[in-house]
Amino acid sequence: MKVPLSLLLKFCDPGLPVEEIASILALTGTEVERVTKLGVEDPSTFVVGHVVSCEKHPDADRLNVCSVDIGGSEPTQIVCGAPNVAAGQLVPVALTGSVMPNGLKIKKAKLRGVESNGMICAEDELGLSRSHEGILILPESSGPAGRPLADVLPLGETVLELEITPNRPDCLGVYGVARELHAATGAPLAPAPWTVDHGTSGDLEGFALDVADPAVCPRFTARIYEIEGAGETPMEIQGHLTAAGMRPISPVVDITNYTMLVIGEPLHAFDLDKLDGQKLTVRSAAGGEKLTTLDGQDRTLEAGDPVIDDASGPTSIAGVMGGARSEVGEGTTRVLLEAAVWHGPTINSTSNRLNLRSEASGRFEKGLAPALTDRGQAFASQLFSEFFGATPNQGTAVAGQDYPDVTIKLAASKVESLVGGAWSVDRIVKPLEALGFGVTVTGGDLDVTVPSDRLDVRRDVDLIEEIVRIDGLDGIEPTLPSGNKGGLLSRGQRIRREVADELGAAGLFEIAGWSFANPNLGDRLRLAENDARRVVVELENPMSSEEAHMRTTLIGSLLESAGTNVARGASSVRLFEIGPVYLPSEEGLADEPIRVATLLVGPSVPPDWGNPAPPSVDIHSGTALLERVLGSQRVTWKVLPARDPEPFLHPVRSGVIEIDGHIAGWMGELHPEVAAEFGLPNTVVAEFDLKAVESASPEVVHYAPVSPHPVVSQDLAVLLPLTVASADAVAAAQHAGGAELESVAVFDVYEGDGVDPGFRSLGLRFVFRAHDRTLTEDEATAARAAILAVLESELGAKQRG
Amino acid sequence: MIDRISKITAEAKAAIDSAATTDALEQERINWLGRKAELPNLLRGVRELPAEERGAAGKAANEARVELENLIDQRLTELSAAELSAAIASDTADVTLPGKPSSFRGGLHLLTKTMREIEDVFLGLGYRIAEGPEIEQVSYNFDALNHDPHHPARSATDTFYVDASTLLRTHTSPVQVRAMLAEPPPLYVIAPGRVYRRDDDATHTPQFHQIEGLAVDEGISLADLKGTLLAFAKAIFGEEREIRLRPHFFPFTEPSVEVDVSCFACDSGKTEAGDRCGLCKGTAWIEILGAGMVDPNVFASVAAERPEYDPAKVQGFAFGLGIERIAMLKHSVPDLRLLYDNDIRFLEQFA
Ligand SMILES: [Zn+2]
Repeated sequence: MKVPLSLLLKFCDPGLPVEEIASILALTGTEVERVTKLGVEDPSTFVVGHVVSCEKHPDADRLNVCSVDIGGSEPTQIVCGAPNVAAGQLVPVALTGSVMPNGLKIKKAKLRGVESNGMICAEDELGLSRSHEGILILPESSGPAGRPLADVLPLGETVLELEITPNRPDCLGVYGVARELHAATGAPLAPAPWTVDHGTSGDLEGFALDVADPAVCPRFTARIYEIEGAGETPMEIQGHLTAAGMRPISPVVDITNYTMLVIGEPLHAFDLDKLDGQKLTVRSAAGGEKLTTLDGQDRTLEAGDPVIDDASGPTSIAGVMGGARSEVGEGTTRVLLEAAVWHGPTINSTSNRLNLRSEASGRFEKGLAPALTDRGQAFASQLFSEFFGATPNQGTAVAGQDYPDVTIKLAASKVESLVGGAWSVDRIVKPLEALGFGVTVTGGDLDVTVPSDRLDVRRDVDLIEEIVRIDGLDGIEPTLPSGNKGGLLSRGQRIRREVADELGAAGLFEIAGWSFANPNLGDRLRLAENDARRVVVELENPMSSEEAHMRTTLIGSLLESAGTNVARGASSVRLFEIGPVYLPSEEGLADEPIRVATLLVGPSVPPDWGNPAPPSVDIHSGTALLERVLGSQRVTWKVLPARDPEPFLHPVRSGVIEIDGHIAGWMGELHPEVAAEFGLPNTVVAEFDLKAVESASPEVVHYAPVSPHPVVSQDLAVLLPLTVASADAVAAAQHAGGAELESVAVFDVYEGDGVDPGFRSLGLRFVFRAHDRTLTEDEATAARAAILAVLESELGAKQRG
Repeated sequence: MIDRISKITAEAKAAIDSAATTDALEQERINWLGRKAELPNLLRGVRELPAEERGAAGKAANEARVELENLIDQRLTELSAAELSAAIASDTADVTLPGKPSSFRGGLHLLTKTMREIEDVFLGLGYRIAEGPEIEQVSYNFDALNHDPHHPARSATDTFYVDASTLLRTHTSPVQVRAMLAEPPPLYVIAPGRVYRRDDDATHTPQFHQIEGLAVDEGISLADLKGTLLAFAKAIFGEEREIRLRPHFFPFTEPSVEVDVSCFACDSGKTEAGDRCGLCKGTAWIEILGAGMVDPNVFASVAAERPEYDPAKVQGFAFGLGIERIAMLKHSVPDLRLLYDNDIRFLEQFA
């Protein structure tokens, strides 16, 4: 909300610079978004001038040469282009040296050969309004000539732009903000502007209201004014309206807007003579009804939109915008003034749907207090009297609720308990009374009566908020709670951290991928139509059609990120992500298992000057990475050829990851066509389930004895049929090697020249060691022979000659 | 014979002294003491001498052998040391050459690092880490948190929906409710995680990260909230930081506050050069999070299932902060998009 500072200070002036006022408001809960200065910066060169004479310019039809008394001994000559300038007028004059609000500097000039020493100003030129219908003619009372213009016009204005939180619609009127300032600073607060009311209660003769649904319209009031003449909005009020971002339009409309600005209650003025019948009915629209609004637009209403009817049907969209049919205008002599409050969410949805936002709807959608209707009528009655000399006809039409006082019990001990520190009754009472609450104290208990516009305060905690924000949050001494049970990561949380750390240590960067997935990902990964990963959680209202699915695999973001990095010139791209995928569930919410995914592109070891072009990563790099991560969690795992290879992986250079005997993921080289699809060279990817790691990893690692005796190492080269997996040969060797076989390593793999077709050569290195004695070479040789025998009999291996 | 022994000894001494390398010395050892050398053969010949000569000649030959052996050992020690020194001196390396790395550089994303840093602060303060689903029930995300049925955040323009009763959580706050339903007070938890809102512009991504905090116990006060957040701010932004609470409004806390931390880039809003500080826009304070005392309505909705959370008995505070914002502030990251771009040149700066 825009608050003209001069208007605020009329109600409460703490005598402080505006920056300090802004800071005080911010620290008591009214955020000040910005402070702007409008209009004339230095008013000292602006004066009231008296046009002594006015003659046509000899060489220009549109220009007048005026002699203007500016209070000096001699009148000064000013050339003026306005058609409405005439001798005898009092006018605003910007003397030479003036700086106009738009930055223009007024200099001595010659216009078509005639000297001009200043400018006679229009309203817009002074920043008062947008009106440029000729120069501004000042009333007689503005004289005499030479008087500082700032005495009679609001030349400069400072505007506070406030962010009012949705619970505080009482601060959508300047007086509400003034009350905050009063409570925060102790500076005196002017009496409430609705204290004086020229109207009366009782039936309004010749007019009736009918509110069909009190939930939509909690309170509706109306008064009738009979006005004579055009009336006049005082320049100061026009200035305030302009500064608040509302264009002065006509005295009647200005009355409604000014009341809204000061009291926070939007009013609506009907031309009573244009209304059909003597009754207004508030109801919910049926779908398809039509209405032309004040802005000249034809609107089609939807079922549920709140409308106000006269005898000819809808004449206003309640709370949002009036209808053109009953608009007040120059000829209006009888005004029906509506002050009502509306159900906020209804107004919100109607104005949203119609894309019709106004100062009024913006206030009504917050849910205004019914009391504002009477306050608005009272304040407006003062303005009608001031602008038109008019008083309302006898009576006020009222439909809807009254608003009895609300009283809340507050125990002083509750303030101490909820806020902390020591709170005397006096310390509690002071801020409440400053905010207009009524307080009765009985011992340590308070009965607090809530101001009728504070619908947000209904419970003791609401009162405590009022107390503590005005008393000052700075005064609270910080303490720490003492009752907690001790911090701890759960096992799953710890393992997630450890796995991430291990991947980082293995030289992979973690990415922040998107939870959203492009619906085309399944096709890009060549997933079968019935692939489970095509069953997704779908968003009803995605940000874009490319983000309509929730991911069922982490690999999408990894491939995209890697592709981007490669396109930007990276030659080594090693990435991982740990996070949930979202799997639709038959009952209840989706499953959100945590997955780990990795991606490797580039050299298998870091190049250096001794090894400038290491070979590219391949599936075995992926296996080594798994060994590092899964090995660090001490789980039993292996990579096995997949029965049905993943369609996006290389069909024979990929496999499944088995953890503790269960398939927990996949790993391998990306299928060359999929790699090309994402702009990637040879790429190794893997994804596995973190929960499987957690389940398989031992909670506690127990010591395994370390033998003090020396090792005996022996090698064996066997020819293994190509159909036999090396892992099976290693496993068979481990099984056959006896208790003294400490480890088996594959140290060489070879196929080709010198190896029988259908076979490959596998070099195995056995390390033997006994726990109770020094093993002899002969014992090791015997064990190796036993292993060979098993490899031959069970796997069809042959010893390499 | 004794004369011959003396002569050989003298010649051998001279030869050993003049051997310049360990290899030459070895050659001299072979020359003078080896199997074919004269002196050992003389020794063998002693046996054939007359008995009265044997004693003196044998003694002299043996002494000569021992003397030469000692001399060779001594000389060998000298020559070896010299040769090692020379070898070390000549085995040069350009110590300024780049290293030969054994592994690549890698590490955690800035968001994870920031999240962990914050988690660790609260683990140290005695909090545990609670988790909850990202695809959440509307009731947990809004209703149980005292959001008005017409609250604008519920609209399909602000919130991602899966269906009428299911959404992508818009904050980590529903984990508050789940944590309370799971466990009686006293409860001290934080809940980090992904959240989603339908915003996509220079300062918003539709997916971002928050950490929620919740403490529920008897007599938990606003002063406790202030102390906790002060400890947090000092741990994350530096020991000399202060915090400031400003009243605000959130549906699920009352009173509600926004929390500012004193600017760490300037002194009272002015940079060292005297310019207006860009980070705090000259205000000396930076907004970092929202917080407040848990609204009794939130406790009441939990107490319907778990009566230990009777709002008449327990009090609590809650806070929520955006990880992206903290990470960007602390590490001077100028653009939110960088966090989700996953360019390795960005990632390696923080890994
Ligand atoms: Zn600063």
